[in-house]
Amino acid sequence: MIQIDYILRKIIFSLMTLAAVIVFNFFLFRIIPGDPIAMISSPRMKPETRDLIREQYGLDKPIWLNLDAAREEDRFAAAFDSQFFYYLKNLSQGELGQSFRQKQPVADLIAMRLGPTILLILTGEIAAILLGITLGIIAAWKAKSKIDALSMFVGLLAWSIPPFWMGIVLLTTARGYLPSGGYETIGAIFESDLDRWLDIGRHLVLPALTMAITLFGSYIMVARSASLEVLAEDYILTAKAKGLSTFKILWAHALKNAALPLATVIALDLGYALGGAIQIETIFSWPGIGRLMFDSIAQRDYPVLQGVFLLLAVSVILANFLADLTYLLLDPRVEA
Amino acid sequence: MDETKGSFWRSFRKKKVGVLGLGMLVFIILVAVMAPLIAPYDPNETVDATAADVLAPPSPEHILGQDEVGRDVLSLVIYGTRISLVVGFAASFIVILIGCVIGLIAGYFGGWVDTLLMRITDGILVIPALPLMLVIIAVAGRGIINIILVIGFLSWTYMARTVRSQVLSVKERQFVLRARAIGVSHFGIIVYHILPQVLPLIFASATLDVSYAILAEASLSFLGLGDPTLISWGSTLNRAFMRGAVTNGAWWYLVPPGLALAWVTLSLAMLSNAVQEIINPRLRTHHLFDERKMVSLMRRITAPKSSR
Repeated sequence: MIQIDYILRKIIFSLMTLAAVIVFNFFLFRIIPGDPIAMISSPRMKPETRDLIREQYGLDKPIWLNLDAAREEDRFAAAFDSQFFYYLKNLSQGELGQSFRQKQPVADLIAMRLGPTILLILTGEIAAILLGITLGIIAAWKAKSKIDALSMFVGLLAWSIPPFWMGIVLLTTARGYLPSGGYETIGAIFESDLDRWLDIGRHLVLPALTMAITLFGSYIMVARSASLEVLAEDYILTAKAKGLSTFKILWAHALKNAALPLATVIALDLGYALGGAIQIETIFSWPGIGRLMFDSIAQRDYPVLQGVFLLLAVSVILANFLADLTYLLLDPRVEA
Repeated sequence: MDETKGSFWRSFRKKKVGVLGLGMLVFIILVAVMAPLIAPYDPNETVDATAADVLAPPSPEHILGQDEVGRDVLSLVIYGTRISLVVGFAASFIVILIGCVIGLIAGYFGGWVDTLLMRITDGILVIPALPLMLVIIAVAGRGIINIILVIGFLSWTYMARTVRSQVLSVKERQFVLRARAIGVSHFGIIVYHILPQVLPLIFASATLDVSYAILAEASLSFLGLGDPTLISWGSTLNRAFMRGAVTNGAWWYLVPPGLALAWVTLSLAMLSNAVQEIINPRLRTHHLFDERKMVSLMRRITAPKSSR
């Protein structure tokens, strides 16, 4: 019962946060100074034409509630004939509006960019986990030694360096050896799918490495503390008595021990990873969500910016909800 | 109070890492204050720039070379210190203010006030910080004041949580209960009895907030959302990246601002870590890493154990 109660409370919390984000997203883009249609209209247009555009976009309607219409028509539902409720209605249908610059639906632009970002974060995440667990276990195995201190320092250093600078340094260093940007070689004709994927892989190396370095610092910590916990357990003695080496024991047991806390950190990390992705994709011209966000800021393409932000917020809220669920597995007695 | 202060300083001096961090921080503050004295050139000076000055490598006249319009990179980095530190400290001031008020009120009064404030805190914690800052600055404008406000108003959640958990343990202590019994007002108890007990912890997490704010400003500036009228490490890197420093292999232009950033964040993390170890030896290294996610994790891991 406690568990159902817990899950229910987390669902309600996630939904309320989501509602707050949706309202905020609407409100924020309405405080932009100036005429909202200035972007798509020309100053030479006749006022009637501008009014027509305004009407087309529903901008002639009041922002929150259409009380005038409700009073005039004497109909309660008419009050919802406002900008805010149009926004909600469109959102519920997956309609995110039209890009100012690209003359394409925002939803299509985002869908096109989703794949590369997922590929980048996934590869970086896996590399970070492998790197973090290995270093963390070694640190715990040689606890309080120089190797321990060194791997802690490396983790700390990785944490202190902003992802964009790491990316720049890697890019400058690997110039000439690896592609400096993009998703695949433009204009190349590939003999097979494998060749194409190898080409994408070569483009992926630097961005994914940057992503991995951005993320792996905290994984070292989790793996290290999980390993130290294992070392304090009684069964370590049994395992040692069987003649297993400490390192092998740690790999087997610490991994099992670290799996859930690691899953929690990874889920909680998503927001941080997405922040990193914006910087990394900008540097490596990686055609993902982050680059789309950067470009839409530079071009003042507000509908795209609004859509991307909503997507990022929704994914992080979802990831946090999943983290709460993994936490339930971590300790079924959870009450908090 | 003097006695505890003395013993705090004595324990701090034993933490080599903390002393080193403090030294590194003092150094960078001195650089910022004395920028006009130590910078070899005016960072805006491009008057005599010729074609040879464009992205010129290090030379005796320009130790760290020149940028794409012939400005001295070392001077740019030295002046950049000012903006980074100003943003870092100013944003942290907002963080301390909001975080303390919310944490003190939530922890002290408990009940539905606590629940409401902490749900709001969690809600803000869940929204991805950098993207949120990006959209707000993109819409509100790229002034330095906007940047400080946005970073400050979005980064207090960790502070509020830390203060709250400390208040929860302090408010049950004898001297607080006695003060309550002799009729000291809620405000008096919070300000004179609880706040002094929470101060060291506020200091420790504020140092991390400074480094978080500095990194946030650098990231915003790098993405082209920095104050266009000011020289900061992030904006210097933005220009370096946009104006071909990478393709020209102009490492002297790319590396120093990043090293300066790492210097400051590292020094603050070391300082904060040493203070944390003194206040609460159990916490240790955890807070070295990203505060937001580590706090959420700590919250998840420690909460049920205490309620068991």
